[in-house]
Amino acid sequence: MIFVTIGTQAPFDRLIKAIDEIAPQLNGERVVAQVFESSYQVKNLETVGFLSPDEFNTYFDEARLVVAHAGMGTIISALTQAKPLLILPRLASMGEHRNDHQIATAKKMQDLGYVQVAFDEQELVSKLLKMSAGANGSAASPQIRKVASDTLISSVRGYIFSNK
Amino acid sequence: MKVIAIASVGGHWVQLLRLRPAFEGSELIFVSTKPDFAKMVEGSKFYAVADASRWDKMKLIKSFFDVFGIIRREKPDVVITTGAAPGLMGLISAKILGKRTIWVDSIANVEELSMSGKIASKFASRVYTQWPQLATDKILFAGNILS
Repeated sequence: MIFVTIGTQAPFDRLIKAIDEIAPQLNGERVVAQVFESSYQVKNLETVGFLSPDEFNTYFDEARLVVAHAGMGTIISALTQAKPLLILPRLASMGEHRNDHQIATAKKMQDLGYVQVAFDEQELVSKLLKMSAGANGSAASPQIRKVASDTLISSVRGYIFSNK
Repeated sequence: MKVIAIASVGGHWVQLLRLRPAFEGSELIFVSTKPDFAKMVEGSKFYAVADASRWDKMKLIKSFFDVFGIIRREKPDVVITTGAAPGLMGLISAKILGKRTIWVDSIANVEELSMSGKIASKFASRVYTQWPQLATDKILFAGNILS
């Protein structure tokens, strides 16, 4: 199963439309997409709306591949599970976000080797086809642990308990 | 030590939870924008407040009074947030009430601090960025929430 998630804040029809159009070429694999406030009519996907944390985790765990916006919540979830993740940054010029910070986030995450990134719909489709054709884990994200870096934790902790 | 940890739904909340070892041994209270999240922090007191962005002034005011009320009632020693606007409201409230404040800017902000982070950096007791290139003498870098 491929899970498509757009976070919690705003619709992302450019992503949904691209996946919807390519879905028939995914060899019948089930594709579940989180869609809300959308003005695009989905034809080929199984859709779900806002999800509770438990529901979200159920779909996320079940998926062998996740496609998403460049939101850190999704990226961190994928990294803690070493789940293959393909992201498409939201663009301010398309009204998808208030600014273009997702482009910089995505570039950085790609440079660090954490996730696969597509910067437009064509790249999204070609990378999705490649990733979905690969064996499970062919584009696995590296696994991270469940907490922040020791240095950040100890710095924050030191300040909290400093009583200054 | 009493700590209130605030973050709105999404990546902000996920990042806040990854800082949990920093709060161990404190009396910890979480504040977020989704009532559902109480389940994720069982054992700690949890409050849900109105979500808001800096683009919606009315909701922002509602969020401010929600958060202000919690901080005045709970009297924490420290308020910490990973953003976004409700977290900024929390730090402003804490500042008014004379509490220590910590802003941890989201790891999503690679090229510059978030707008809320820039505002927080004018008054917060401590401000962290998660990227070394954004550190200054006032904005600290000590690692990030990945690892």
